[in-house]
Amino acid sequence: MKLAMKQAAWVRWCASGAAVLAVVVVAVQCNATTKWAGADARSAEARVAWQTVYKVLQHPRCVNCHPAGDAPLQGDDSHVHAQNVQRGADGNGLFAMKCAACHQKSNLAGAHLPPGAPNWRLPRADEPLVFEGRTSSELCRQLRDPKHNGKRTPAQLLEHMANDPLVGWGWHPGVGRERVSIPRDELVRAMKAWIDGGCDCPD
Amino acid sequence: MALDLEVNGKRVSVDADAATPLLWVLRDDLKLTGTKFGCGAAQCGACTVHVDGEAVRSCVLPIAAAVGRKVTTIEGLSSAVGKALSQAWIEEDVPQCGWCQTGQIMSAAVLVAEKATPSDADIDACMSGNVCRCATYVRIRRAIHSAAAIAKGGGR
Repeated sequence: MKLAMKQAAWVRWCASGAAVLAVVVVAVQCNATTKWAGADARSAEARVAWQTVYKVLQHPRCVNCHPAGDAPLQGDDSHVHAQNVQRGADGNGLFAMKCAACHQKSNLAGAHLPPGAPNWRLPRADEPLVFEGRTSSELCRQLRDPKHNGKRTPAQLLEHMANDPLVGWGWHPGVGRERVSIPRDELVRAMKAWIDGGCDCPD
Repeated sequence: MALDLEVNGKRVSVDADAATPLLWVLRDDLKLTGTKFGCGAAQCGACTVHVDGEAVRSCVLPIAAAVGRKVTTIEGLSSAVGKALSQAWIEEDVPQCGWCQTGQIMSAAVLVAEKATPSDADIDACMSGNVCRCATYVRIRRAIHSAAAIAKGGGR
Protein backbone atom coordinates (compact mmCIF):
# COMPACT_ATOMS: atom_id res chain seq x y z
CA MET A 1 0.00 0.00 0.00
CA LYS A 2 2.78 2.35 1.00
CA LEU A 3 4.61 1.42 -2.18
CA ALA A 4 1.54 2.19 -4.29
CA MET A 5 1.17 5.61 -2.62
CA LYS A 6 4.84 6.35 -3.21
CA GLN A 7 4.48 5.37 -6.88
CA ALA A 8 1.41 7.60 -7.26
CA ALA A 9 3.26 10.51 -5.64
CA TRP A 10 6.20 9.94 -7.99
CA VAL A 11 3.92 9.96 -11.03
CA ARG A 12 2.26 13.21 -9.83
CA TRP A 13 5.70 14.78 -9.23
CA CYS A 14 6.94 13.78 -12.66
CA ALA A 15 3.77 15.08 -14.30
CA SER A 16 4.05 18.43 -12.53
CA GLY A 17 7.74 18.62 -13.40
CA ALA A 18 6.98 18.01 -17.06
CA ALA A 19 4.33 20.72 -16.95
CA VAL A 20 6.79 23.20 -15.43
CA LEU A 21 9.37 22.30 -18.07
CA ALA A 22 6.82 22.82 -20.83
CA VAL A 23 5.93 26.27 -19.45
CA VAL A 24 9.60 27.25 -19.29
CA VAL A 25 10.22 26.14 -22.87
CA VAL A 26 7.16 28.04 -24.11
CA ALA A 27 8.21 31.09 -22.12
CA VAL A 28 11.71 31.09 -23.70
CA GLN A 29 10.21 30.74 -27.17
CA CYS A 30 7.66 33.44 -26.40
CA ASN A 31 10.37 35.75 -25.14
CA ALA A 32 12.33 35.20 -28.30
CA THR A 33 9.25 36.05 -30.33
CA THR A 34 8.36 39.00 -28.16
CA LYS A 35 11.83 40.45 -28.64
CA TRP A 36 11.19 40.58 -32.33
CA ALA A 37 7.61 41.72 -32.12
CA GLY A 38 7.08 45.43 -32.60
CA ALA A 39 4.21 47.86 -32.37
CA ASP A 40 1.49 47.12 -34.89
CA ALA A 41 1.39 50.73 -35.99
CA ARG A 42 4.92 50.51 -37.32
CA SER A 43 4.65 47.13 -38.99
CA ALA A 44 3.60 48.59 -42.33
CA GLU A 45 6.65 50.83 -42.28
CA ALA A 46 8.78 47.82 -41.42
CA ARG A 47 7.45 45.90 -44.40
CA VAL A 48 8.29 48.73 -46.76
CA ALA A 49 11.77 48.96 -45.26
CA TRP A 50 12.21 45.21 -45.63
CA GLN A 51 11.73 45.46 -49.39
CA THR A 52 14.85 47.65 -49.57
CA VAL A 53 16.79 45.19 -47.40
CA TYR A 54 15.60 42.27 -49.53
CA LYS A 55 16.64 44.00 -52.74
CA VAL A 56 20.17 44.43 -51.37
CA LEU A 57 20.40 40.86 -50.06
CA GLN A 58 19.38 39.49 -53.46
CA HIS A 59 22.19 41.37 -55.22
CA PRO A 60 24.89 39.08 -56.65
CA ARG A 61 27.47 40.68 -54.31
CA CYS A 62 25.49 39.27 -51.38
CA VAL A 63 23.97 36.11 -52.88
CA ASN A 64 27.29 34.84 -54.22
CA CYS A 65 28.54 34.22 -50.68
CA HIS A 66 25.15 33.04 -49.40
CA PRO A 67 24.51 30.21 -51.88
CA ALA A 68 21.97 27.43 -51.58
CA GLY A 69 24.59 24.79 -52.27
CA ASP A 70 28.04 24.15 -50.83
CA ALA A 71 29.94 26.01 -53.54
CA PRO A 72 30.34 29.79 -53.68
CA LEU A 73 28.99 31.65 -56.70
CA GLN A 74 30.80 34.28 -58.70
CA GLY A 75 30.19 37.01 -61.24
CA ASP A 76 27.23 39.28 -61.87
CA ASP A 77 25.39 36.23 -63.24
CA SER A 78 26.05 34.24 -60.03
CA HIS A 79 27.51 31.20 -61.72
CA VAL A 80 29.10 28.47 -59.63
CA HIS A 81 32.68 29.32 -58.64
CA ALA A 82 35.31 27.87 -60.97
CA GLN A 83 37.88 25.34 -59.76
CA ASN A 84 35.41 23.19 -57.79
CA VAL A 85 35.74 25.45 -54.75
CA GLN A 86 33.73 24.10 -51.82
CA ARG A 87 32.44 25.58 -48.58
CA GLY A 88 34.04 23.27 -46.00
CA ALA A 89 32.68 22.92 -42.48
CA ASP A 90 33.87 26.34 -41.30
CA GLY A 91 33.09 28.16 -44.54
CA ASN A 92 36.75 28.79 -45.33
CA GLY A 93 37.08 26.23 -48.11
CA LEU A 94 38.80 22.85 -48.25
CA PHE A 95 42.43 21.69 -48.21
CA ALA A 96 44.52 23.64 -50.73
CA MET A 97 41.40 25.40 -51.97
CA LYS A 98 40.66 27.56 -48.97
CA CYS A 99 39.38 31.04 -49.77
CA ALA A 100 42.57 32.69 -48.51
CA ALA A 101 44.65 30.76 -51.04
CA CYS A 102 43.62 33.35 -53.62
CA HIS A 103 41.52 36.05 -51.90
CA GLN A 104 43.53 38.68 -50.06
CA LYS A 105 42.39 41.34 -47.60
CA SER A 106 41.69 43.74 -50.47
CA ASN A 107 40.93 43.59 -54.18
CA LEU A 108 43.77 42.95 -56.57
CA ALA A 109 44.07 45.63 -59.24
CA GLY A 110 42.80 44.74 -62.67
CA ALA A 111 40.10 42.68 -64.29
CA HIS A 112 39.71 38.93 -63.77
CA LEU A 113 41.82 38.93 -60.62
CA PRO A 114 40.53 37.64 -57.28
CA PRO A 115 38.58 40.19 -55.26
CA GLY A 116 39.39 40.49 -51.58
CA ALA A 117 38.23 41.74 -48.19
CA PRO A 118 39.01 40.80 -44.58
CA ASN A 119 37.67 37.37 -43.57
CA TRP A 120 36.68 36.35 -47.07
CA ARG A 121 34.58 33.23 -46.55
CA LEU A 122 31.16 31.62 -46.74
CA PRO A 123 28.87 31.02 -43.77
CA ARG A 124 29.56 27.80 -41.88
CA ALA A 125 28.10 24.55 -43.24
CA ASP A 126 25.93 24.08 -40.14
CA GLU A 127 24.60 27.65 -40.46
CA PRO A 128 24.58 28.26 -44.20
CA LEU A 129 22.47 31.46 -44.05
CA VAL A 130 21.13 30.89 -47.56
CA PHE A 131 19.99 33.94 -49.55
CA GLU A 132 19.95 32.30 -52.99
CA GLY A 133 16.44 31.46 -54.17
CA ARG A 134 14.69 32.74 -51.05
CA THR A 135 11.47 34.67 -51.55
CA SER A 136 11.05 37.96 -49.73
CA SER A 137 8.89 36.31 -47.10
CA GLU A 138 11.23 33.34 -46.65
CA LEU A 139 14.36 35.44 -46.28
CA CYS A 140 12.64 37.90 -43.95
CA ARG A 141 11.53 35.11 -41.62
CA GLN A 142 14.95 33.49 -41.80
CA LEU A 143 16.69 36.73 -40.90
CA ARG A 144 14.59 37.39 -37.84
CA ASP A 145 14.93 33.84 -36.53
CA PRO A 146 18.07 33.43 -34.36
CA LYS A 147 17.98 29.71 -35.13
CA HIS A 148 18.53 30.48 -38.80
CA ASN A 149 20.38 33.80 -38.82
CA GLY A 150 23.63 32.75 -37.15
CA LYS A 151 22.26 33.32 -33.64
CA ARG A 152 22.30 37.07 -34.18
CA THR A 153 20.22 39.59 -32.31
CA PRO A 154 18.66 42.43 -34.31
CA ALA A 155 21.45 44.71 -33.10
CA GLN A 156 24.07 42.23 -34.33
CA LEU A 157 22.39 41.96 -37.72
CA LEU A 158 22.43 45.74 -38.00
CA GLU A 159 26.10 45.83 -36.95
CA HIS A 160 26.98 43.17 -39.56
CA MET A 161 25.34 45.17 -42.34
CA ALA A 162 26.59 48.55 -41.18
CA ASN A 163 30.21 47.80 -40.28
CA ASP A 164 31.45 44.37 -41.38
CA PRO A 165 34.21 45.03 -43.96
CA LEU A 166 33.22 41.89 -45.86
CA VAL A 167 29.69 43.26 -46.31
CA GLY A 168 31.15 46.66 -47.22
CA TRP A 169 33.07 45.06 -50.07
CA GLY A 170 29.72 44.85 -51.90
CA TRP A 171 30.00 48.59 -52.55
CA HIS A 172 33.68 48.37 -53.57
CA PRO A 173 33.86 45.13 -55.55
CA GLY A 174 36.68 46.09 -57.91
CA VAL A 175 36.96 46.05 -61.66
CA GLY A 176 34.42 44.04 -63.64
CA ARG A 177 31.88 43.53 -60.86
CA GLU A 178 28.66 45.46 -60.37
CA ARG A 179 28.46 47.19 -57.02
CA VAL A 180 25.31 46.95 -54.88
CA SER A 181 23.01 49.55 -56.41
CA ILE A 182 21.37 50.75 -53.19
CA PRO A 183 23.82 52.80 -51.06
CA ARG A 184 24.98 51.18 -47.85
CA ASP A 185 23.64 53.96 -45.63
CA GLU A 186 20.22 53.46 -47.23
CA LEU A 187 20.43 49.75 -46.41
CA VAL A 188 21.32 50.57 -42.81
CA ARG A 189 18.41 53.02 -42.51
CA ALA A 190 16.02 50.43 -43.95
CA MET A 191 17.38 47.69 -41.70
CA LYS A 192 16.94 49.92 -38.65
CA ALA A 193 13.39 50.82 -39.71
CA TRP A 194 12.60 47.12 -40.18
CA ILE A 195 13.92 46.29 -36.73
CA ASP A 196 12.27 49.28 -35.07
CA GLY A 197 9.01 48.32 -36.74
CA GLY A 198 9.13 44.84 -35.23
CA CYS A 199 10.84 42.90 -38.03
CA ASP A 200 7.48 42.38 -39.65
CA CYS A 201 7.57 40.17 -42.73
CA PRO A 202 5.49 39.98 -45.90
CA ASP A 203 3.13 37.02 -46.19
CA MET B 1 61.82 48.85 -48.74
CA ALA B 2 63.50 46.14 -46.66
CA LEU B 3 61.23 43.27 -45.66
CA ASP B 4 62.14 40.39 -43.37
CA LEU B 5 60.81 36.96 -44.27
CA GLU B 6 61.20 33.37 -43.18
CA VAL B 7 61.53 31.14 -46.22
CA ASN B 8 62.17 27.41 -45.91
CA GLY B 9 63.24 27.88 -42.30
CA LYS B 10 65.77 30.64 -43.03
CA ARG B 11 65.47 34.32 -42.17
CA VAL B 12 65.98 36.48 -45.22
CA SER B 13 65.73 40.18 -45.92
CA VAL B 14 64.66 41.45 -49.32
CA ASP B 15 64.43 44.91 -50.78
CA ALA B 16 61.08 45.05 -52.56
CA ASP B 17 57.94 47.09 -52.91
CA ALA B 18 55.32 45.89 -50.42
CA ALA B 19 52.90 45.08 -53.25
CA THR B 20 55.33 42.84 -55.13
CA PRO B 21 53.88 39.35 -55.50
CA LEU B 22 55.64 36.78 -53.33
CA LEU B 23 56.36 34.72 -56.47
CA TRP B 24 58.74 37.31 -57.89
CA VAL B 25 60.59 37.71 -54.62
CA LEU B 26 61.05 33.94 -54.46
CA ARG B 27 62.20 33.57 -58.03
CA ASP B 28 64.07 36.81 -58.74
CA ASP B 29 65.46 37.81 -55.35
CA LEU B 30 65.90 34.48 -53.59
CA LYS B 31 66.52 32.41 -56.75
CA LEU B 32 64.08 29.73 -55.63
CA THR B 33 62.97 28.91 -59.15
CA GLY B 34 61.15 25.69 -58.35
CA THR B 35 57.96 27.74 -57.98
CA LYS B 36 56.62 28.55 -61.43
CA PHE B 37 54.76 31.42 -63.02
CA GLY B 38 51.70 30.17 -64.88
CA CYS B 39 48.91 32.71 -65.26
CA GLY B 40 49.60 35.48 -62.76
CA ALA B 41 45.92 35.54 -61.83
CA ALA B 42 45.49 32.70 -59.31
CA GLN B 43 43.80 30.64 -61.98
CA CYS B 44 46.20 27.77 -62.62
CA GLY B 45 47.98 26.83 -59.38
CA ALA B 46 51.52 26.57 -60.79
CA CYS B 47 52.80 29.13 -58.26
CA THR B 48 51.38 27.39 -55.17
CA VAL B 49 53.53 27.62 -52.04
CA HIS B 50 52.72 27.30 -48.35
CA VAL B 51 52.36 30.20 -45.94
CA ASP B 52 52.02 29.03 -42.35
CA GLY B 53 51.25 25.58 -43.71
CA GLU B 54 48.38 26.68 -45.95
CA ALA B 55 48.47 26.68 -49.75
CA VAL B 56 48.54 30.13 -51.33
CA ARG B 57 48.92 31.36 -54.88
CA SER B 58 52.18 33.26 -54.67
CA CYS B 59 51.49 35.15 -57.90
CA VAL B 60 48.78 37.20 -56.15
CA LEU B 61 50.06 37.38 -52.57
CA PRO B 62 51.66 40.77 -51.86
CA ILE B 63 55.03 40.24 -50.21
CA ALA B 64 53.95 42.46 -47.30
CA ALA B 65 51.31 39.85 -46.43
CA ALA B 66 54.04 37.22 -45.98
CA VAL B 67 56.11 39.19 -43.49
CA GLY B 68 56.25 37.45 -40.12
CA ARG B 69 54.87 34.21 -41.55
CA LYS B 70 56.54 30.95 -42.53
CA VAL B 71 56.89 30.52 -46.28
CA THR B 72 57.64 27.06 -47.65
CA THR B 73 58.46 26.40 -51.28
CA ILE B 74 59.01 23.11 -53.09
CA GLU B 75 62.72 23.41 -52.23
CA GLY B 76 61.86 23.35 -48.52
CA LEU B 77 59.12 20.72 -48.50
CA SER B 78 60.99 18.33 -46.23
CA SER B 79 58.18 17.01 -44.03
CA ALA B 80 57.34 13.30 -43.95
CA VAL B 81 54.39 14.05 -46.21
CA GLY B 82 56.65 15.99 -48.57
CA LYS B 83 59.08 13.10 -48.79
CA ALA B 84 56.24 10.63 -49.36
CA LEU B 85 54.90 12.80 -52.18
CA SER B 86 58.33 13.08 -53.74
CA GLN B 87 58.77 9.29 -53.64
CA ALA B 88 55.30 8.64 -55.03
CA TRP B 89 55.72 11.25 -57.80
CA ILE B 90 58.94 9.55 -58.93
CA GLU B 91 57.53 6.02 -58.67
CA GLU B 92 54.41 6.94 -60.62
CA ASP B 93 56.49 8.92 -63.11
CA VAL B 94 53.92 11.70 -62.87
CA PRO B 95 55.43 14.71 -64.70
CA GLN B 96 55.38 15.16 -68.43
CA CYS B 97 56.56 18.69 -69.19
CA GLY B 98 56.75 19.32 -65.44
CA TRP B 99 55.82 23.00 -65.36
CA CYS B 100 52.81 22.63 -63.09
CA GLN B 101 54.16 19.82 -60.95
CA THR B 102 55.65 21.79 -58.07
CA GLY B 103 52.32 23.53 -57.60
CA GLN B 104 50.55 20.17 -57.81
CA ILE B 105 52.80 18.72 -55.10
CA MET B 106 52.42 21.75 -52.81
CA SER B 107 48.63 21.47 -53.02
CA ALA B 108 48.72 17.70 -52.53
CA ALA B 109 50.91 18.19 -49.43
CA VAL B 110 48.16 20.20 -47.73
CA LEU B 111 45.63 17.50 -48.56
CA VAL B 112 47.67 14.57 -47.24
CA ALA B 113 48.68 16.53 -44.14
CA GLU B 114 45.01 17.25 -43.35
CA LYS B 115 43.54 13.92 -44.44
CA ALA B 116 45.65 10.79 -43.99
CA THR B 117 43.52 8.73 -46.37
CA PRO B 118 42.04 11.10 -48.95
CA SER B 119 39.17 9.88 -51.11
CA ASP B 120 38.85 10.64 -54.80
CA ALA B 121 36.33 13.32 -53.85
CA ASP B 122 38.85 14.88 -51.45
CA ILE B 123 41.44 14.88 -54.24
CA ASP B 124 38.93 16.54 -56.57
CA ALA B 125 38.16 19.18 -53.93
CA CYS B 126 41.82 19.90 -53.29
CA MET B 127 43.37 19.64 -56.73
CA SER B 128 40.78 21.17 -59.08
CA GLY B 129 42.57 24.51 -58.92
CA ASN B 130 45.83 23.05 -60.24
CA VAL B 131 45.77 22.85 -64.01
CA CYS B 132 48.03 20.52 -65.99
CA ARG B 133 48.31 21.17 -69.71
CA CYS B 134 49.78 17.69 -70.23
CA ALA B 135 46.72 16.20 -68.51
CA THR B 136 48.67 14.08 -66.04
CA TYR B 137 45.64 14.05 -63.74
CA VAL B 138 45.26 10.27 -63.62
CA ARG B 139 48.87 9.84 -62.49
CA ILE B 140 48.55 12.71 -60.02
CA ARG B 141 45.55 11.01 -58.42
CA ARG B 142 47.38 7.70 -58.25
CA ALA B 143 50.47 9.34 -56.75
CA ILE B 144 48.44 11.10 -54.05
CA HIS B 145 46.85 7.82 -52.96
CA SER B 146 50.28 6.22 -53.01
CA ALA B 147 51.90 9.07 -51.04
CA ALA B 148 49.18 8.88 -48.41
CA ALA B 149 49.92 5.17 -47.95
CA ILE B 150 53.67 5.83 -47.77
CA ALA B 151 53.18 8.64 -45.24
CA LYS B 152 51.15 6.31 -43.04
CA GLY B 153 53.99 3.82 -43.13
CA GLY B 154 52.05 1.29 -45.12
CA GLY B 155 53.99 1.56 -48.33
CA ARG B 156 52.10 1.27 -51.58
